[in-house]
Amino acid sequence: MPLPSYATPVQRTYYYAYLFFCAVVFFFLIAPLFAIIPISFSVSPFMVFTEGMLAWPPDPEAWSLRWYKNMIGDCSADVVSSTVPCSKKWMIGTVNSFYIGIIATIIATTLGTLAALGLSRPHMPYKGLIMAILISPMIVPLIITAAGMFFFYARINLVYTFTGVILAHVALATPFVVITVTATLVGFDMNMVKAAQSLGAKPMRTFFKVIMPLILPGIISGALFAFITSFDEVVIVMFMASIDQLTIPKQMWAGIRQEISPVILCMATCLVLLSIFLLTTVELLRRRSEKLRGIKAR
Amino acid sequence: MEDCISTSALLTTDGVPLKQSLKKAERKNKLRAFLLVFPLLLFIIVTFVMPIGDMLFRSVDDSQINGVFSNTFNEYKKWDKEKDVLPPDEVYKALFEELAYGEKIQIGRALTRMNYSKSGWKSLIKTTSREIKKAVKKDELPKNYKEFLISANDKWADPTFWYAMGQMVNNTTPIYYWNALDRTYDQDQNVVMQDEKRRIYIKTWIKTLKISVYVTIFCLILGFPVAHLLANLPLRYSNLLMIFVLLPFWTSLLVRTTAWIVMLQQNGVINGILVWLGILSDDGRLQLVYNETGTLIAMTQILLPFMILPLYSVMRVIPKSHMRAAQNLGAKPATAFWRVYLPQTIPGMSAGGLLVFVLAIGYFITPELVGGKDGKLIGHWIAYHLKTTLNWGLCAALGAILLGVMLIFYWLYNKIVGIDNIKLG
Repeated sequence: MPLPSYATPVQRTYYYAYLFFCAVVFFFLIAPLFAIIPISFSVSPFMVFTEGMLAWPPDPEAWSLRWYKNMIGDCSADVVSSTVPCSKKWMIGTVNSFYIGIIATIIATTLGTLAALGLSRPHMPYKGLIMAILISPMIVPLIITAAGMFFFYARINLVYTFTGVILAHVALATPFVVITVTATLVGFDMNMVKAAQSLGAKPMRTFFKVIMPLILPGIISGALFAFITSFDEVVIVMFMASIDQLTIPKQMWAGIRQEISPVILCMATCLVLLSIFLLTTVELLRRRSEKLRGIKAR
Repeated sequence: MEDCISTSALLTTDGVPLKQSLKKAERKNKLRAFLLVFPLLLFIIVTFVMPIGDMLFRSVDDSQINGVFSNTFNEYKKWDKEKDVLPPDEVYKALFEELAYGEKIQIGRALTRMNYSKSGWKSLIKTTSREIKKAVKKDELPKNYKEFLISANDKWADPTFWYAMGQMVNNTTPIYYWNALDRTYDQDQNVVMQDEKRRIYIKTWIKTLKISVYVTIFCLILGFPVAHLLANLPLRYSNLLMIFVLLPFWTSLLVRTTAWIVMLQQNGVINGILVWLGILSDDGRLQLVYNETGTLIAMTQILLPFMILPLYSVMRVIPKSHMRAAQNLGAKPATAFWRVYLPQTIPGMSAGGLLVFVLAIGYFITPELVGGKDGKLIGHWIAYHLKTTLNWGLCAALGAILLGVMLIFYWLYNKIVGIDNIKLG
């Protein structure tokens, strides 16, 4: 939206002020994420830019991979520092996070896709009420969910177990699957289903051969949302998980609370990269889904 | 009449009336649709709705103590407070027996509950129990239970303790809700404010609302121009700039919170830049984190995408010709913006504003990590009672009140935008 050529100087000033303001907000949104990346390569055991890092020409002494080595559990002499403990915890957390995340994603995607298919049918009774119930885990603040689940799961001996954490994560993740897949099904041409059935395909075959390929991008997006929800979730694991269910967020939380160390920033950098990857994938999928359904790109 | 006509006129090939057959098919379709949703619905009800229900139940539940002192409470209910200053002898007898033969763990838990009503119960029951145990061991059951208990601890002759027991004799209690609002019972069973130094919750509720309002306003101020820019740029550029909004949205909450600690701490990036620029002296570094300021800054950045995205989707569809038409008709740019553009963005502002506000009042992680002592919100106390004091009734009551506030705002959100219009990315 360029400025018209007849703009007065006052308008020009306003326009540039507006652009400058927007630039500042974009910077505010993104700068913190990128500020942590260089610090994770620092040699210092504090989360700060050291003088050596800012010096010109760059001082190679100030940079190192020691905290990354610490993160992957390599506790050799050059890695260990008196203030920063070194353990296998980050790697155990990574394994657990993926384990919980993947199982929760599979269950959430299956249940969520089925529900979205049902909700998109014109005959669905009590649609509004059921949708409200299915979306509610996304709406209720996590701390309330955590408290309620802790009370309830304690009654049936599920706290401090993998099963409990996975069930909780599935409940939190399904709304994202339902929303994404329902959105994909809007504008889905039901005549194709009828065509398949009139040609003699059984419902299962219709689903896997006709519906599934068309809504697959939506399902995958939903699954990625579900995965990142479980992968980043910290409040539930704080209350419902014992040390055996240590996940990355739980370990990061402990790290920030107790031993502020650059290792946290190494993990944070990895997570930023992961989120860049997921964001790109979801965006590409969205475009593909729109193309598949014949919606013209905006 | 109509039925007769249609049934006699229209039959399917099987000879079934068409209307009936159609109804059957429709019912079948409905059932099929419902069967698809059913597994998830059941799952959510068991793993999510029931836990929330359990929490609401715990916020008023008083059955534990009623199980421990069931006889005492039954006898207590027969006490005519007008006639006798102290309860009848049967109450003392029942209490004696239940303290003597009750399960120790259960009594311990009941004592904790009793102390919520009135402090002093715990020590009173403990000293009395000791005397009772001694008597039972020596096999000397007292002839007069009332005298025995009063001699064990003279507080049993103090009617205020007996009056306080009146709050516990029912299976449900509102005490946790009163406690969550800094109120308690006095000796005459009136609801009164807590001691000055124990009033923490109302202050925290107000702070939670205050910070949520501030965060919403900041998000609106920062988000409005950005959404406007994104909505009016050609798609090529706006898609690119959209990454700046979506990337934080996709990044772990803990990563963003950690990033703000790095930015705001005393040796952090912002203080460093200010000192380097000479704006601050080296020992005049600002305390930006571990207080309310830190909570405000971090929460604003974290919730900003939730404001920008709804605003963007509304602004995207406002025709650009409206502003031009207004200016063409002689309105100054400011007037045109104020009278023509702004009113059309109200749905977006209310959607974004409500979303940010509702998310902010339930926030826990960020205030806990960057809030320090005075930046903590109500979520902190819910977690504290859940894990540290184990006062689950109070924890549940705080959660229930928060849930109630949220639901009111979501109801509003649903009225204005519709819950099923939530879009992601």
